[in-house]
Amino acid sequence: MTLLDFARGPALETALAIFAFGVLWRLAALLFLPWPRERSVPRRSAPAILVGAAQSFVRHFWPRQPYLAATLFATLNSYVFHVGLAVVVFGMEQHILFLRSLFGVSWPNLPGAFITLAAILTLASLGAALVRRLTHPVLRLISTFDDYLSWLMTFLPVLSGLVAVNHLWLSYERLLALHILSVAAFLIWFPFGKLMHAFLVFLTRSETGIFYSRRGSVI
Amino acid sequence: MNGTTNAATGGTIDVKAAVRTFLAHTEEHLVSYLEGCVHCGACAEACHFHQVSGDPRHTPAYKLFPLAKAIRAQKFPLSLIAPRLTAEDLREWEELLFDTCTLCGRCTTICPMGIDIASIVGIARQAFVKAGLGPADLLAAADNSRDLGSPLGVTAEKLRERIEWLADEYEVDIHLDKPQADVLLTVSSIEMMKYPTSLVAIARILNYAGTDWTLSSKGYEATNFGYLAGKTDVARLMIARIVAAAEAVGAKTVIIPECGHAYGALRWSGANLIGRPLPFAVLHISEYLAELKRKGKLRLKPFDEPVTYHDPCQISRRGGASGEARFLLEDFAKDFREMTPSGDVNWCCGGGGGVQAIGRAAALRHKVFKIKMDQVEKTGAKMMLSSCSNCRLTLDESRLHWKWEGGLGSLVEVIADHLIEDGAPAGRDAPAAGSTAPRAS
Ligand code: SF4
Ligand code: SF4
Repeated sequence: MTLLDFARGPALETALAIFAFGVLWRLAALLFLPWPRERSVPRRSAPAILVGAAQSFVRHFWPRQPYLAATLFATLNSYVFHVGLAVVVFGMEQHILFLRSLFGVSWPNLPGAFITLAAILTLASLGAALVRRLTHPVLRLISTFDDYLSWLMTFLPVLSGLVAVNHLWLSYERLLALHILSVAAFLIWFPFGKLMHAFLVFLTRSETGIFYSRRGSVI
Repeated sequence: MNGTTNAATGGTIDVKAAVRTFLAHTEEHLVSYLEGCVHCGACAEACHFHQVSGDPRHTPAYKLFPLAKAIRAQKFPLSLIAPRLTAEDLREWEELLFDTCTLCGRCTTICPMGIDIASIVGIARQAFVKAGLGPADLLAAADNSRDLGSPLGVTAEKLRERIEWLADEYEVDIHLDKPQADVLLTVSSIEMMKYPTSLVAIARILNYAGTDWTLSSKGYEATNFGYLAGKTDVARLMIARIVAAAEAVGAKTVIIPECGHAYGALRWSGANLIGRPLPFAVLHISEYLAELKRKGKLRLKPFDEPVTYHDPCQISRRGGASGEARFLLEDFAKDFREMTPSGDVNWCCGGGGGVQAIGRAAALRHKVFKIKMDQVEKTGAKMMLSSCSNCRLTLDESRLHWKWEGGLGSLVEVIADHLIEDGAPAGRDAPAAGSTAPRAS
């Protein structure tokens, strides 16, 4: 078995299984915790629960006016790498073929040059996020091993993918194997660390929205 | 810092008790919040304490670290390697959770994950108190509430004496212990001791509007230092006293005076604390006055002074009633000037969440006041009104500290001063009873 066979086969399959079970396990572990019973009477003008949750979910996509100046760089930067990641993962032809083999659905791909540009921007943006984390006094204090590992697990697949597509340094086959292994590492780490925020954001924003909107507050 | 910690446990810190309390609160939303935090640091920009100190330890997300650590340490498989919570952690975070969080909720409005830090800090405080920590003065305020009926020692007897004096001095009917009434009014002992004209103003307005109301010596204290100090048993007792008083007089409505956290404690947490729905509606006095205005029962002479309004966090952002104060000021305050920002994203006074009662936090509180000074000065208003006596006291103390010349006032008192009495101008009130006149510096 070559390294590529191993990466494509047992490594990726195991990683996907750990990802799927891990995410489900983590969500179930949360959702089966006790939910406090809310006995206060909502304000008469309060929106329906789902409306309050949805409003809060949408509102937190962008900082409110008083915070805009202070958070503009970090917000834009995080949009760059989140959108960049989405473009690379879901817009690249090879990825779409792989996802079709998993889920049976496909969609048109984006041009290769565009994907390369998105990957470079994503890497630059992730780099900026790391520099900020290492230099900003607040971020330095609150950052943990988990934050740095999650960063690395996100950075490596983009970097290895970019290198592989452009056939730099090693043989394509070896580069592809390394890329797939980095994706496997990402998938394995995902449920256990901060990457889980991609799922948890639905819970946290909505629950806060429900909490405040029933009081009549716009948060 | 040791010297200011609670001596209840003889100075020893019971880490196990803290962990037990943390774990007893591992409800879904709390754990989601803790696990969802991406450590982006945005919340530091919204917190007034970090804003004025620049100290990274004052970052809201950092305040949650002990709780996150305790939860991690019991979660398999992390429990095999995760470090345990230590007495040193608790000692270090005591100041962060009590002195530098007013439970104002502002950080929630900036957080991209929408994490409600204030809810978590409230729970963390309970664990710290169980461990034998917590600022002695804040805990004493809670114990006084339990033992004497009020944090400032206003016993039922003192209440009666003070009411008699106020009724006599200001020639106003203040009803105490009527056997039946539609409305039960509660008081804040801060007002009773520092700003008693506030009670006079409320009594005047309620009498003016023909409200059938009373105070009750069975349950009069609206402030809830049990809630602020992380003493749930005291919090529950304070709520139960008001509920018993309201049930005894058959009140359909309970009015909370100008006090922010008292409103939050009864209106939003009261039913949860006693484990059953409250048998009455709870209205902050600004909400009640807005209702009177809507019904046409509040006729006011215009108020011409340039004025602004400080949103008490627990009434506006965390209470949902920011619109009511503005509705009251509409068409009445002819020169109303909004601060920037205000409403649901207002800056806190720096003394909410019990911080006002913590003596050692005063220096930082005064620094926070500078934000407010700056905001008010930008509006050009001569007076800042509020509808929370705790904010008022905090602002008043800091105003003196900085020898600031801006005026402070109470929304309710200003309204009471401008009631139109049966077509005749309401000229008998002392001028600007609701304001603290600027002092010469
Ligand atoms: S609730 Fe208010 S005081 Fe507490 S951390 Fe958040 S912004 Fe700071
Ligand atoms: S803003 Fe929210 S996600 Fe970011 S560090 Fe603060 S609490 Fe955590």
